[in-house]
Amino acid sequence: MDKKRRDFLKVAGISTLAGLGGTAVVDRLVSGTHPSVANASGGHGEEHAAPKEEHAVQEAPKTGKRYGMVIDVKKFQEDPALGERISRACIQAHNIPEFPEKKDEIKWIWMTGYENAFPEKSTLYKDETTEEHQVPVLCNHCDNPPCVRACPTKATFKNKDGIVIMDFHRCIGCRFCMAACPYGMRSFNWRNPRDFITEVNRDFPSRMRGVVEKCNFCAERIGVGQKPACVEACGDTGAMVFGDLNDPESEVRKLLKENYTIQRRPSLGTHPSVFYIV
Amino acid sequence: MFEKALKGNNYYWMWLAFLGFFVGIAVICYLRQYFYGLGLTGMSRDVSWGLYISQFTFLVGVAAGGVMLVLPYYIHNYKAFGKITILGEFLAISALLMCLMFIMADLGQPLRGLNVLLHPTPNSMLFWDMCVLWGYLLLNALCGWVILTAERKQVAPPKWIYFFVYISIPFAFSIHTVTAMLYCGLPGRHFWLSAIIAPRFLASAFAAGPALIVIMALILKRVANFDAGKQAIDKMVTIIIYAAIANMFFVGLEFFVGYYSNIPGHYHTLQYLFFGLEHHGHVYNNLVPFMWGFLILFVIGFFLICNPQTRRNNDLWLGIGCASIFLSFWLDKGIGFVLGGFVPTPLEEITEYYPTANELFITIGIWAAGFFILTILYKIAIGVEHEVEA
Repeated sequence: MDKKRRDFLKVAGISTLAGLGGTAVVDRLVSGTHPSVANASGGHGEEHAAPKEEHAVQEAPKTGKRYGMVIDVKKFQEDPALGERISRACIQAHNIPEFPEKKDEIKWIWMTGYENAFPEKSTLYKDETTEEHQVPVLCNHCDNPPCVRACPTKATFKNKDGIVIMDFHRCIGCRFCMAACPYGMRSFNWRNPRDFITEVNRDFPSRMRGVVEKCNFCAERIGVGQKPACVEACGDTGAMVFGDLNDPESEVRKLLKENYTIQRRPSLGTHPSVFYIV
Repeated sequence: MFEKALKGNNYYWMWLAFLGFFVGIAVICYLRQYFYGLGLTGMSRDVSWGLYISQFTFLVGVAAGGVMLVLPYYIHNYKAFGKITILGEFLAISALLMCLMFIMADLGQPLRGLNVLLHPTPNSMLFWDMCVLWGYLLLNALCGWVILTAERKQVAPPKWIYFFVYISIPFAFSIHTVTAMLYCGLPGRHFWLSAIIAPRFLASAFAAGPALIVIMALILKRVANFDAGKQAIDKMVTIIIYAAIANMFFVGLEFFVGYYSNIPGHYHTLQYLFFGLEHHGHVYNNLVPFMWGFLILFVIGFFLICNPQTRRNNDLWLGIGCASIFLSFWLDKGIGFVLGGFVPTPLEEITEYYPTANELFITIGIWAAGFFILTILYKIAIGVEHEVEA
């Protein structure tokens, strides 16, 4: 009896170790194969494990890329249907589940009131546009992201190109990053999301329950030369422009030079990469 | 020494069975949560931490409170605490085990918990919290066990153990400081973003922890024929009084800064917690009763442990006083502090949190498991005490 128990414990111990170590080995083995698609998932994302060196927390190198976005709020006011189009495009591109209950809600990009997006910019007597119109909010891909600082496993990290992404395989679901994000841009899979995906996109992994997710600036699309899904959904309106903030000749830099722009909560020192023309 | 825990009277076994019943329910509830996901709790993307993390935060304080016995005894050679220091150490062990259980219950992917070790991340406060919590747990287990073994053999504890005893003192302070840093370093959460959080945590810990030890000592006097000694209890009550005053002082300072500066971010959460926060014509106030309970229980408890009549002449009133202080600070830190911090959300909305029944049973079960462990540890400690006396 005693002997059997010993054997069982041995086998159990070794298989636990193998199980724990195994995932790490797989991570190492496949690292670097797909640097641009650093988004892995519980479902079918084994080959997407994030390259190891990209986990380092560092400032975006001045010579390298720093992706950013300029959002023209006026264009969203001209075309009220645009907001719905961009969030739809994102939902389809990223297999974002749509739950019947608000409590389970997961969202990457959505429209919210001006004063919700910019609480520090409230005024007593608002002009009509401020009062009525909505602005899109998404992850700011901060240059100094508090969520990355908080993550205890480096499951969320800043890529070399400035994009803050998630490794869904490594996330333990502690939700420290959600408490740390001062913009409320992170969502958690409170339950299995796969049953609530309306249109499955085979090119992007779905997630499992118990991990955090958020906008990834369509890292998987820009890696193959496409625009982010929301930017593409804007068509020729120019409502959202995506590009390299470190390139002085880029379209985003041109827009930043020509227009007065604001960022969300700049006083917090996170240095958001999303700018708004108001 | 474990054999001491295997012999007890009927009340002992009935008490363990009572706790075991709640542990059993919690196991079933946890399995439900494990297979469904944390969606079975009342948490949402707006209130992303709930009862589990708030209990964890409070219990770190209870664990740290044990140092209020260890420090006077070992640093100041305050002999009266000699007999009950072990109660503080064993309370720390069970409180820390409860903390770890609450963390595991809160993880979305508990099986990946070891990722914190596989990918150590020094910039994350959670990593450091894990280090100090495990460190403090091991230190207490080691010191408690070695000193109790020495006592049983009626020899002086080995010299080397004092090294670990002295280390455990800064560790006690560090566990609650680092736990405070989980909150007070987050940009954009104004209620938590206050340098006074760590001292406030320590103050309430040094009241709530010893308050629980006094209650335990009073109970053990009745049920286990273990007398902690009048002098020791009285000194502990003095410690509780000063720590409780310090905590209330810090709470008062938060109020002053919030309301006098009149900066919305600084008083909104206090407004929500104590008076209800109006937003788009609706007043959100589901935590107000808890916060007033905190204040009222503090006043009652404070009167009972300060008034010489109730403090020194009557164990029952003293026990009720300490229980009031303990409950009061549980409401403050184990309910209000963590849950309030999520109101309002970064998008200036208000989502109120209501725990589900499943979540409540898991919470109760983890508390029961902690008291189960505490009962066994105290049984061993007192068994050794009686053996030495006999």
